[in-house]
Amino acid sequence: MRVCVVGTGAVGSLFAANLAQLDDVEVWAFDLAQEHVDAINRDGLRLSGAGDVVGRPRATADASGLPPCDFGIVATKAMHTSAAIAATAHAFTDGCVATVQNGLGNEEAIAEHVARVIRGTTFPAGKVVAPGHVQWDVKGDTTFGPFEPKPAPREAIERLAEACTRAGMPTTAAEDARGPQWRKVIFNASTNPIGALTGLTHGRVCEDPPLRALVSGLVDEGKAVAAAQGIELDADPEELIDHAARPDVAYNHKASMLQDVEARRPTEIDYLNGGIVRFGDEHGVATPLNRAIWALVKGLERSW
Amino acid sequence: MTACVAGAGSIGSLFAAHLATVTDVVVLTRRNDHARELNEHGLRVSGRHDFAARVTATSDPGELPDVDLVIVATKATGVEAAASALAGRVPGATVMTVQNGLGAEEIVRAHGEWPLVSGVTFMSGTKHSDSHVEYILDTPTWIGPYDGTAFERVQEIAQLIVDAGLKAEALPDLLPAQWSKLIFNATVNGVAALTGLPHDAHFAAEDDVGDLGYLVHDLVDEGKRVAAAAGVELHDDPWEMNVLATKRGSAHYPSMLEDVEAHRPTEVELINGALVREAARVGVEAPLQTAVYRLVKAREASYS
Repeated sequence: MRVCVVGTGAVGSLFAANLAQLDDVEVWAFDLAQEHVDAINRDGLRLSGAGDVVGRPRATADASGLPPCDFGIVATKAMHTSAAIAATAHAFTDGCVATVQNGLGNEEAIAEHVARVIRGTTFPAGKVVAPGHVQWDVKGDTTFGPFEPKPAPREAIERLAEACTRAGMPTTAAEDARGPQWRKVIFNASTNPIGALTGLTHGRVCEDPPLRALVSGLVDEGKAVAAAQGIELDADPEELIDHAARPDVAYNHKASMLQDVEARRPTEIDYLNGGIVRFGDEHGVATPLNRAIWALVKGLERSW
Repeated sequence: MTACVAGAGSIGSLFAAHLATVTDVVVLTRRNDHARELNEHGLRVSGRHDFAARVTATSDPGELPDVDLVIVATKATGVEAAASALAGRVPGATVMTVQNGLGAEEIVRAHGEWPLVSGVTFMSGTKHSDSHVEYILDTPTWIGPYDGTAFERVQEIAQLIVDAGLKAEALPDLLPAQWSKLIFNATVNGVAALTGLPHDAHFAAEDDVGDLGYLVHDLVDEGKRVAAAAGVELHDDPWEMNVLATKRGSAHYPSMLEDVEAHRPTEVELINGALVREAARVGVEAPLQTAVYRLVKAREASYS
C-alpha cells in the first residue's frame, strides 16, 4: 500500500511517521516547507512526547515527483486544502483521499479534484518544534467514513483504518463519520475563537460562568445545524469542553486560534464558525452567535 | 457662573480651557503633578481653536471653592472617585455628567443632593500632554435635565458653554440622544476592542457574507429594539451615525480599543453592561450585545 500524507505539520507528521513504521506501507510526505522536507529525508521524521517514533517517509516539496498512490491523507490547515489537493491530485487518479483536517468544507474541496473521498476527523495533536521534529502532545482516536457525494469504497476505508490502527493511530471505519466530525467542529468553533478574542486559556474561558454560557450558546447552534442534517453526534461536545478544562487535561492550553492570532497568522475561522453558518443557512437554521464570532475574528485578522 | 471641571482628559481639558475664557474655572485632577502642571502652564488648545487659557487646578477636593457648576468629565470608570471627592462640598453647584453609556448620574446622586444635568458629548480631542489638548471634532454637546432639574438651569449652562466657544444645545429630554450614543458606543467601541480595528470602513461594509458591517448592523438593531421597549425614541439612528463616522476619512480609535491595548479597565460596564441590563429590565433578548459585553469583560480578565 502506498500512502501520501499531504501537509506534514503536526497532525500530518503523526500519520506519516507512524505509518512509516509498517513494512507493508510505503509513505510519501508532501510539504511545501523545503527545510522540513530536507530534514525528513536526511534524519527521518521524529515524534517525541506521547510517543517516541522515528519514521522514514520519502518527503518532497515537488508534487510532480509523487508516484501513483492508493491513499492520500490531507492534513494541511483548512485554508490550504484547495491548493494542496490541486497540486497532488494526479497521484490519486486511482486512489482514495482522506482528510484529517479541522473544520467543515475540506471534503468538498478535495472532491473537486479527486473521485473517491474519505471523510475524516482526528483528535491527536502536537506541534512542530523543529524541521523534521514534531512534539506529540495528545493521543486520540481517528474516524474515517465515506464522503457521501463522492464516496470511497467501504473496503478501502477499512483498509486505511486498519493500517493506521496497526501503526499506533487508533482509527475506526464508520458508516457515517459526520458525528465525530461535527462534535469536534462544534468543540473547536465554540471554544477556539473565544480564546482568540479574549486571550484566555481554555480553562479560564470555562470557569467564567457568563463566558461559559456564551460557549454553550455557540454549542447549541452547532448542535441544531447538525440535527437539521440528520447527524447524530457521537457524544455531547459540552462533555469534551468540560473535560478539556480540567487542570490535568488542557486548562492552560492556548487554543491554536489564539496562537495564530498572537502570531498574526490567518486562522481557520472560515471553516469552523464560518462553516457552521454556511451549513446553517443551507438547512434553514439560524446561527446568529456563530455568525457574530466569525465576523469578529475576521475583523481581527483584518486589523493586522 | 463659576465652574469646576472634574477630570482633565481630552474632554475635560476642552471644557476647562474654553470655559476659562468666560469665567473662573477650577480643574480637579486625580494626580497632583497634573494640577501643578496646569497651574504653572495653563491649558493650551490647538486644532480647531488655537489659544491658551489660565486655569486654577488642584488634586485636593478640600481646596475647591463653592462653584455654580461642576462638569464631571472623567471616563465612566472615574465617576465614582470624582463624585466621592465632591461629596459634602460645592453645595451651591449644579453637577453635569458627560460620560459614555448610562448610569453616571446615579453614581453622582449617591454622593450628594446637587441638581443634576445629563450630558452627551460628541466633540472629540486628543491630549498631547497634561497642558495641551487638540480640539478635533467640533460636534455638539447636548444636555438635559435629570431628576427634576429646572430646564432654565439647563439652558443657562448650555448658553455658558456656547459663550465659551463650544457647541451645545439644551434639550428638554436627553434620553433620545443619550440612547443613540449608548447604542453607537456599545456597538462600535465593543467591536473595535475585540477586533483591534479602529472605527474604519470595515464597520460599514456589507458586501460579502462575513463582513463586519452585518454584525455592526445586527448589534445596532438589537440596541434599537431595547430602546423601543424602554420607550425611548432615538434622536439619531446609530447605524447612520456609524456610517457617517466611517466616512470622515480619519479612522477614530475608540477609547475602549485604546484601553484594552494598554491593559486598562474599560468603560464596558457603563456602556455595554448598561445596555444589556436595560435589555433584561424591559424583557428584550439581546444575545449579540450580551456576547460582546461578556467578551470584553473576559478580555479585561485576561490582563492578569
